[in-house]
Amino acid sequence: MIEFLAPLDRKLARDLWAIKGQALAIAVVIGCGVGMYLMSKGMLASLADTRAAYYERYRFADVWVPVKRAPSAQLAHITELPGVRRAETRIRAGVILDVEGASAPITGEIQSLPFIRGPHINDFVLRRGRYPDPVREEEVLALEAFADAHNLAPGDHLYAILNGTKKKLTISGIALSPEYVYAISPGEIVPDKKRFGVLWMNRDALANAFDLDGAFNEVVLLTSTGDNQEPLLEQLDRLLKRYGATGAYGRDQQISDQFLTNEIQELETLGRLLPPIFLLVAAFLLNVVIGRLVDTEREQIGLLKAFGYSNSAVALHYLKMIGVITFLGIVVGVALGLWLGHGLARLYMDYFKFPFLLFRAPPEVYLVGIGFCLLVSAAGTFTAVRKVVRLDPAVAMVPPPPPDYSRSGRWLEMLTRWIDQPSRMILRHLYRWPKRAAMSCIGIAMSMGLLIGASFSMDAVMVMVDISFNVIDRQDVTVNFVEPRNIRAVQDVLHAPGAMTAEPFRAIPVVLRNGPRTRREAVIGLAPQPELSRVVDTDLNPVVLPDYGIVLSDKLAELLAIETGDTLRMEVRTGRRPEVDVVVSGIVKTYMGTAAFMDLAEMNRMLRDDMVISGTYLLIDPEQADAFYRALKNTPVVAGVSLQEQAQNAFYDTLQDSLGTFVFFNTLFAGLIAIGVVYNSARISLSERGRELASLRVLGLTRGEVSYILLGELAVLTLLALPLGALLGYLLAWTLVQSFDTELFRIPLIINPSTYGHAALVVLFSAAASGLLVHRRIQRLDLIAVLKTRE
Amino acid sequence: MEPENLPAIRAEGLTKTYGSGESTVHALRGVSLSVPRGEMVVLLGPSGSGKSTLLNILGGLDSPTSGRVFFDHDELTAFDDRHLTQFRREFVGFVFQFYNLIPSLTARENVALVTEIARNPMTPEQALELVGLGKRMDHFPAQLSGGEQQRVAIARAIAKQPRVLLCDEPTGALDSKTGIVVLEAIARVNRELGTTTMVITHNAAIARMADRILSMADGEIQRTETNPAPCAPAELSW
Ligand SMILES: Nc1ncnc2c1ncn2[C@@H]1O[C@H](COP(=O)(O)OP(=O)(O)OP(=O)(O)O)[C@@H](O)[C@H]1O
Ligand SMILES: [Mg+2]
Repeated sequence: MIEFLAPLDRKLARDLWAIKGQALAIAVVIGCGVGMYLMSKGMLASLADTRAAYYERYRFADVWVPVKRAPSAQLAHITELPGVRRAETRIRAGVILDVEGASAPITGEIQSLPFIRGPHINDFVLRRGRYPDPVREEEVLALEAFADAHNLAPGDHLYAILNGTKKKLTISGIALSPEYVYAISPGEIVPDKKRFGVLWMNRDALANAFDLDGAFNEVVLLTSTGDNQEPLLEQLDRLLKRYGATGAYGRDQQISDQFLTNEIQELETLGRLLPPIFLLVAAFLLNVVIGRLVDTEREQIGLLKAFGYSNSAVALHYLKMIGVITFLGIVVGVALGLWLGHGLARLYMDYFKFPFLLFRAPPEVYLVGIGFCLLVSAAGTFTAVRKVVRLDPAVAMVPPPPPDYSRSGRWLEMLTRWIDQPSRMILRHLYRWPKRAAMSCIGIAMSMGLLIGASFSMDAVMVMVDISFNVIDRQDVTVNFVEPRNIRAVQDVLHAPGAMTAEPFRAIPVVLRNGPRTRREAVIGLAPQPELSRVVDTDLNPVVLPDYGIVLSDKLAELLAIETGDTLRMEVRTGRRPEVDVVVSGIVKTYMGTAAFMDLAEMNRMLRDDMVISGTYLLIDPEQADAFYRALKNTPVVAGVSLQEQAQNAFYDTLQDSLGTFVFFNTLFAGLIAIGVVYNSARISLSERGRELASLRVLGLTRGEVSYILLGELAVLTLLALPLGALLGYLLAWTLVQSFDTELFRIPLIINPSTYGHAALVVLFSAAASGLLVHRRIQRLDLIAVLKTRE
Repeated sequence: MEPENLPAIRAEGLTKTYGSGESTVHALRGVSLSVPRGEMVVLLGPSGSGKSTLLNILGGLDSPTSGRVFFDHDELTAFDDRHLTQFRREFVGFVFQFYNLIPSLTARENVALVTEIARNPMTPEQALELVGLGKRMDHFPAQLSGGEQQRVAIARAIAKQPRVLLCDEPTGALDSKTGIVVLEAIARVNRELGTTTMVITHNAAIARMADRILSMADGEIQRTETNPAPCAPAELSW
């Protein structure tokens, strides 16, 4: 096939074949960059599009207004408010569920079904079975993730404690809902399909159970206000104040959507941060390989020009070579991106319950990715191609003098006086070409940095979880009562078998205002020196809650732009609904969500309540956990429980699945970069110095000794790259920590020594692997062929 | 045979072919020769006649397709690669047309490269002194002229006190004046150290300094002449 090509193209084909390993290494690095970009941007677009389509089609609400109890007639007033497109009332309550085979009680939510079927706000997608029969009180729809986790099918039964009464329910159908794309129980950090259930029930039946006949406890709205929702929220709050409105909120505070938004943000960050690193390395590799190829082919270039090939014809020859490599990289990248994207979509389907989620990167993502790639190639090879164009044939044809090593510094001479010749060759070579050495070093360091940046998140999240579960929230169980109760209720709970220690808390819905900044928040009232659910300062030392004012978590303080000692307007949205000014008496550390704390006694004083609590934290005897759970499931006053251990396990599982996969691929990619850089450097050195090495072999140096000269240099560069890589990794981790700082999560900047060690090992291993590849080439070095030709 | 009478190098029926089928090239077609100890041998012949091939095989750089090479009592052709390397390291000095110095090492260090691994070397200074470069020892190749570089290459080749010195067109890249200086260095080594020396050249004039002249053509040794009265390189001219 090669015979049909013009001579110059034949040279191209043979040259490419000769550097196929290097070309492939570069293509793979380009491919990793493009693939990462396609994956993250494509997934971002797919997720955003799917979310938009799903929300649109099933009319995901814009605003939620929970109240205590409002007469149905209020709906008319709500509908009249400006900016309201549509409003619907419903009943929504927390329930404790009990499923055959599950020992621990399950926290859940139950919602009323609209009276009439048809398009509604927050419509659900019926996946299997049928809608509950309007006259059958016990029939319910169940959320698909929950039903699947417990192997529940239409026709199966489960129990629910509805307002203190245990009821046997029958599942008639399985559904999805835009409200529960990320089905997570309030206060948890990762979804646990088994431990959070959602049911939909006929409205009459539910109204009966919760004593809400002719009334509702939540309004959901579609609005036309766009981003400027605040005035409408204020109006809704005012209108429904009498009915115990705890605070209207928009999508930004809807928990499922919050998590989705968070995920989209993370994808955005990854797409912004990681692909450029790969492409930078690719540009660097192209620069090195093509640059040095041009250097070694200097005489040939001069010759071609002397024969009458134009500058552009010769330049085109090299551009074609760059083009082929880049094209290969793009092909690898698109294939990799599609593969990773589909994999990620499958992974997401486990967490985000959309009716469908297809990975489909929009054309502009491909265009931008490929455009970047071309840009990077152009940037990487610009100087080399310019050199080709500028090379004067007369100059190029004069054989270059041997490279001048006489400029070695005095200190180097002092240093090398005592070492053997091969080592001296290594050091002089490094000293003679400091820019090359630095470039290779930086390339290797980048791969190590990438490794650290990718895997540190695992360390950091582990620490975050450890702090959250073992330093801050040390209780085994959190019990929420249906209604606020007197503190004596703690004693009742302690009577349950296995309950060991209890600490009361009270949570009240409030709106916090600092000037124009407003936050809807739950303030937790705690005993001054809690032992179970604790409050810790930024150094993780337990804090004694001051008996005045309010203590804010660091993120909340940041969001409200407030500092210790400042005053905050607090509007309580329960009981007598006092509105008071409170002093910020402290700022504490949390890694998950936002939080505000008060002294429990002070809170009750403020609300002019006796010692009222809304739940209790508990330590239980693990031996008697089952008995305790059984008792809890039959306790009418309990509205919800959360179990620390299960939550922690769910978290670790999720971590392994999602972050583990992420870390795995990044390790793979970073290893590829390391191989790409080391292998390329070694190959280029080999081709430049083949003659030198062959001479040494002729002189009687063994293959091992000759390999040492070439690979020793790489070893030095690799070792030098390790500390630099550690630094780059730290910087990357720092950047990631900054950009992952969201309302939902903050991760601490903690990098375990083992992460540095692991990254160093991967780099060393990759370097060793490429060293071995090159060593094998040195083994096969054809002495005679090299010596016969002059350069 | 007594060691004194044993030839330094002996070859029997060497052939070397490249490729196969129609495109087979016969570089050597049955070469037998024996080089007595301490002799200076010049190898003449047209381009492509197989001179370099022969020299590389005798020096253990290459192996023949068939035939045997003896070095003293050892059969080179029976050595594996490791032994060949060892052999080159101890017994053979090579000098090529292109000097093949290591650019990152000074003249002295280029020589030391070999003396460090040889069993019974002279010092790099002695070797460089021998080729008349005592004053340029700390210069890098880039700071030396072609002739000087070639003399460093000779110093490097003889510093280990090799049994044989094999030179492939050592003056090929040099003008006649410089060439003679280089040849003088080679002759001096041959004379003073008694190193068996083979020199390939295209230049028949150089043959006058040899004890023995082998003429090759088409992969065979056509003629062997002995020269009872070799002349000193300084008397040569071309
Ligand atoms: N690697 C090879 N593959 C194929 N043929 C080869 C190879 N090396 C040498 N030859 C052929 O072997 C023959 C002898 O080559 P050799 O290099 O020994 O010649 P030479 O006498 O040294 O010539 P010159 O004086 O030009 O250096 C030539 O015809 C050459 O084409
Ligand atoms: Mg030759």
